[in-house]
Amino acid sequence: MELAAVLVIPALASAFSLSPLGRRLAAPFTLVAAILTFVIAADVAVQTARAGRIDALGDWLTCDALGALVLALVAFVATTAALFSWGYIRVRSAHTGWRKEQNYYVLYNLFVLSLLAVPVLANVALMWVAVELTTLLSAFLVGFEDTAEALEAAWKYVVLTTLGAVLALLGFLILYWGSRVAGYEPFTWAGLVVAAPRMPAALLWPAFLLILVGFGTKVGLVPMHTWLPDAHSQAPASICALLSGVETTTVLYVILRLFPVVGGIPALDARPWYIGFGLLSVAIATLLLIHVRDFKRMFAFSTVEHMGIILVAAGLGGGEAHLGAAYQMTGHAIAKSFCFFAAGAVAMRFGTQEIAAVRGLVRFAPLSALTLAGGAFAIAGAPPFAIFVSELLIIKAGVASGQYLTIALLAFFVVIAFCAVMFHVNRMTFGAPAGGPGLSALPLSCKATLVVAAVPLIVTGIYVPVALQDLLRAAASAMGG
Amino acid sequence: MNSSPFPVIFALDALTGALFLLTAIGVVATRQVLASLQLFIAQSLLLTSSAVLLGIALGSVHLFAVAAITIGTKTLLIPWLLQRTVSAEVYRTREIDRVLNIPSSLLLAAVLVLVAYAVANPLLDAVNVPFAPVNLPLGVAAMFLGVFTVVVRREAVPQLLGLLALENGVFFVGIAIVPDLPVIAELAAAVDVPVVALVVGLLTRQIHRRVGTTSVGRLAALREH
Repeated sequence: MELAAVLVIPALASAFSLSPLGRRLAAPFTLVAAILTFVIAADVAVQTARAGRIDALGDWLTCDALGALVLALVAFVATTAALFSWGYIRVRSAHTGWRKEQNYYVLYNLFVLSLLAVPVLANVALMWVAVELTTLLSAFLVGFEDTAEALEAAWKYVVLTTLGAVLALLGFLILYWGSRVAGYEPFTWAGLVVAAPRMPAALLWPAFLLILVGFGTKVGLVPMHTWLPDAHSQAPASICALLSGVETTTVLYVILRLFPVVGGIPALDARPWYIGFGLLSVAIATLLLIHVRDFKRMFAFSTVEHMGIILVAAGLGGGEAHLGAAYQMTGHAIAKSFCFFAAGAVAMRFGTQEIAAVRGLVRFAPLSALTLAGGAFAIAGAPPFAIFVSELLIIKAGVASGQYLTIALLAFFVVIAFCAVMFHVNRMTFGAPAGGPGLSALPLSCKATLVVAAVPLIVTGIYVPVALQDLLRAAASAMGG
Repeated sequence: MNSSPFPVIFALDALTGALFLLTAIGVVATRQVLASLQLFIAQSLLLTSSAVLLGIALGSVHLFAVAAITIGTKTLLIPWLLQRTVSAEVYRTREIDRVLNIPSSLLLAAVLVLVAYAVANPLLDAVNVPFAPVNLPLGVAAMFLGVFTVVVRREAVPQLLGLLALENGVFFVGIAIVPDLPVIAELAAAVDVPVVALVVGLLTRQIHRRVGTTSVGRLAALREH
């Protein structure tokens, strides 16, 4: 029943926001709904870590540990982003009136609903519909600022990710075709794992590639990443947190789901494809990180890098690498959403997203400076944050399985990316103050978000609670050998 | 190919498929937005007729639903919305900005069709279903041509038509290989709804902002320096 509740609550929150009461109360109600969803999602996560898969509503909803991990991460970021939105969106829509703010929350809740639906819908075709809906529902949130740049970003976002989704759709249709050839297994991930060894490899191959490239577009894998920095830099900060922190991970989850499906087929070695796309993404993202000029774009490129790292970890294979991938997904969701909150705060106070225009932050805005620097440390993979641990885990696993070249390249680019991010953030935080800009005040809810979201950011690096450890291990084993 | 249990319908479907491919090439090669839109409508009608033919032959209700959605959204709703949104002037007089000229586009289109056949053949060898020999390679070709259109076109409306032509290609394959997928119609709707929203929401706003142009290529504010 929890799985149904996870979907019903955001739907109710959206309906409430649309009602006349939503005019004043949409923001607090959205926050309450998000907290409730997160509590239930956390409970689902604990249950799946202990008992494996849980089903609900007959065969319609299902969730295993890997799905529950994504579910919990989405619900967590949806909560902090709702808190951030409260003050942020009020300020951003002050000049356009309450209707725009109300529309924001209607769409916000629906967008969260579509993200939550991806890991829990049992039928793979319906899951594809949920992925397509995430694009539709977030497109207008990306274009929220209504500037020419924001509308262009939203346009590119929809056209390119829908293009990818349609390619992936052909892949899923071929998978369905194959599952019919292989006997009447249900069209679920579990059913596909059973059916795959009986499918002709001639069908599995194109299906796998179409889904990898198609959904890879939405994940932001190079060379299909071109829309990502635009959308992730033009959207309001709260939406960036969702897009970069969890939307990419949610779609990557679908690609990771393919791994056990194709894993048992000797004629089809998917691992070089995961590693190839992953390394290419890490490499290109690193190069782009070096000469980026906009700090929201910087965090967007860092997302491309992280998606690449997770994909490489999946491709390395073996329990330890997959544990690293699951841990990296967690660390990325927590740290990247935090980074965008901090970046949103800085952009709000300075009225610019240009790295060059922000100098000596620490003197004007200590909280923004501390969070931006902290977030950048965490996302770049400095100790003692979670991403340092997960990257170390992945590298150790790769060395243990003797894939030295992959690991050498990965480590090389990760270190360069680290330096690039640190270089930019260092100049923004310290550096000579460039005149005393007239800073606008930061809303209370944004400050609160920065404090609240910092807790898991700091904690997950030093101490991983037993429940989360169990979940990560179970999620790793769900990724297959 | 002669082993098909439905010789007449198979022949009709083959004819439909040939015309379908021609319209797909046409969408890539035309210079005017209006002509491109008309070709797209023709292509959607051909997808509809193929869905009806296969629906009759295979006794699948779902394919009639696909046909209905295609007629409703792609030949009526979306063209009507585009007519309303984009001024008539844009349709008639403007030549399309493109990255490649027409001869090279056509040459590449021909290569893509050959590649589509090469890609589709192993699948056809592996599994034998009644209409796949026609619909699979032609649909994949239309899909490639659609991707190609989105990539080389720089204006909003032609990009959108390319995206829709690509979707037509995927469903041209889909109706043949998975006629029994219960949610196939919902899948078609799931692609069309965003496109409609895109036209209604984004395109109109964008045009209000910059009167008279629907060029996405010109909106080049978002680039790496």
